[in-house]
Amino acid sequence: MNSLAALAADPATTASPKFQLRLYVAGQTARSLAAFANLHRICETHLAGQYYIEVIDLTKTPQLAAGDQILAVPTLVRRLPEPIKKIIGDLSNESRVLVGLDIQPVAIDAR
Amino acid sequence: MKKKMSDRLPTLPKARTGIEGLDQITGGGLPAGRPTLVSGSAGCGKTMLAIEFLVRGATQFGEPGVFMMFEESAAELAANVRSMGFDLEELQAQKKIVLDYVHIERSEIEETGEYDLEGLFIRLGHAIDSIGAKRVVFDTLEALFAGLSNHAVLRAELRRLFRWLKDRGMTAIITGEKGEGSAVTRYGLEEYVADCVIILDQRIQDQLSTRRLRVLKYRGTAHGTNEYPFLIGAHGFSVLPITSLQLDHQVTTQRVPTGIARLDEMLGGLGYFRGSSVLVSGAPGTGKSSIASKFMETACQRGERALLFAYEESSAQIVRNMRSVGIDLERWIKKGLLQIHASRPTLQGHEQHLVTMHDAVRAFRPTVVAVDPITNLFMTHNDAEVKPTLMRLIDFLKKEQITAIFTCLTTGGDATTAPEDSQVGVSSLMDTWLLLRNIEFNGERNRTIFVRKSRGMAHSNQVREFILSDTGIDLVDVYLGGDRVLTGSARVTQEAQERSAATLREQDHQLKLRQLDSKRKAIDAQIAALQAEAEAETAEVHFAITQETLQETTADLNAAAMSQQRRVTSGLNGLTKGKR
Repeated sequence: MNSLAALAADPATTASPKFQLRLYVAGQTARSLAAFANLHRICETHLAGQYYIEVIDLTKTPQLAAGDQILAVPTLVRRLPEPIKKIIGDLSNESRVLVGLDIQPVAIDAR
Repeated sequence: MKKKMSDRLPTLPKARTGIEGLDQITGGGLPAGRPTLVSGSAGCGKTMLAIEFLVRGATQFGEPGVFMMFEESAAELAANVRSMGFDLEELQAQKKIVLDYVHIERSEIEETGEYDLEGLFIRLGHAIDSIGAKRVVFDTLEALFAGLSNHAVLRAELRRLFRWLKDRGMTAIITGEKGEGSAVTRYGLEEYVADCVIILDQRIQDQLSTRRLRVLKYRGTAHGTNEYPFLIGAHGFSVLPITSLQLDHQVTTQRVPTGIARLDEMLGGLGYFRGSSVLVSGAPGTGKSSIASKFMETACQRGERALLFAYEESSAQIVRNMRSVGIDLERWIKKGLLQIHASRPTLQGHEQHLVTMHDAVRAFRPTVVAVDPITNLFMTHNDAEVKPTLMRLIDFLKKEQITAIFTCLTTGGDATTAPEDSQVGVSSLMDTWLLLRNIEFNGERNRTIFVRKSRGMAHSNQVREFILSDTGIDLVDVYLGGDRVLTGSARVTQEAQERSAATLREQDHQLKLRQLDSKRKAIDAQIAALQAEAEAETAEVHFAITQETLQETTADLNAAAMSQQRRVTSGLNGLTKGKR
């Protein structure tokens, strides 16, 4: 999981990130890694400097699964801005991820 | 064939559900360490069965459980089952049960690319480990089909889930909604759960709903294949027949008096057998309730408890009416020895009535139970269902050694057309059958009673007249004379006639005797008169004889005197002599 954590954006550089994302995975599987890589790429492309990604490995902290109603993995949860949105799968379809996160592909207005 | 083979092997390990009746039908419970599918349409009680399985497992069999719900929240479920006496919050606090509400809202979820349900496995695994669970319930997995669009993934994951549950040795219940047509579940869950399938069903008949349970499949074990009615009552889920699978109740030779001395006499002098079932059938107004009430009163007088289920009259009405025939029920109600449960038969389905009775009997522990009348309770419904239900009731009461008296209203008021035949189906369940009949004759109607049957005792074959008066119940012999059976005032008249005829005859005899006597006296008098006459004659004769004898003597004396005189004056008195 260290390799995944290393890829996460540094919270220090995003003092009050607009997008708080949480990615739930179960172990360091190919699918988990692919999901994180996809997420990171999308965020860098469309939400540069406005996001914070927290990765939760349910194999280590299973008690966290119930809180966000996690069923499928990987699941990406948009905790902020509200309302909470969930995207399940390896996030390989970028346009659907953008729809799921409710992100305008080009510019980001202060909604 | 396969089933029979496996029967001989050591029995399949089973996890008791603790649900009344279900363990009997399944021969000990659900397959331990395997999943069971419970399917049924909405409102059938799937969730209730599942939660009771879990709660009883946790509280009675030391097997904690995880309840994973997809449709209602933990708080809602806890509120729903509180009415059955299950305190889920408390059980959660005691770490006996974990409730996990899995909420899937399709509108909140976007699917992109591949995924699996490992999250669900992790949640479940965590819940199981946190309390050392042995039982798991999914209620209902089908919500997943609605929540996730990739059914191929879902099916693969479900297959993996059941495998996973088996590997972990979890006894699981998976609920499923009944599918269209003959499909067991809407999404074909039965495909994955091959070990045991239970179908729940709810039917409306005559505006009354009955729920039924059937074990569709139970791999590796024999099981009851019938449809069994079940109920969700105040004490949870109960499947009937509770006791009808065996016919092995204890019997006793102990007898209980009927409360009517002459009736006891008809039943071999001692009354009913304890624990037997008695049917009192008859047309309206033949006195069925009175016989039942008398029996209960007698039980109360012995200090035993009696329970009456009344389906025709209210409690107060029964008390008032029975007082009119000299039976004081109120006294025993106040003493707590008698309970009357009065309700309308149409209040609920007869299975529900049966469970109400069970509960009441369990709570009150009577030795005598009366149902007045079973006709109203059961006959209004589908006849084919009546007998099994009644059988269950009788079996239950017999098992508890309770003497039961059932009154049964026969159709038609006419006494002579054998309307009681309509009750033959029920009567085979009864040990003693008292038949009450009205005999209409000579402008009045009278009650008669006879013992149609009474198993295991010598009983009278005589018809007795049954008399209800304000002093109580009595039986009297009917008048059997010539070729007639007379009752009521005809009997009284006949008896009076007989009595007066006898009196007349008696008087006649006396007269004759008196006549004879006086005749004898007359003869005696005659005899006396004749004797007197004879005596008189005798006396006369004697007198005559005496007289003659006297004359002779006198003559002799005279002659002697004369001759002496002649000798003295012979010569001198020659003239004198010549004078003679």
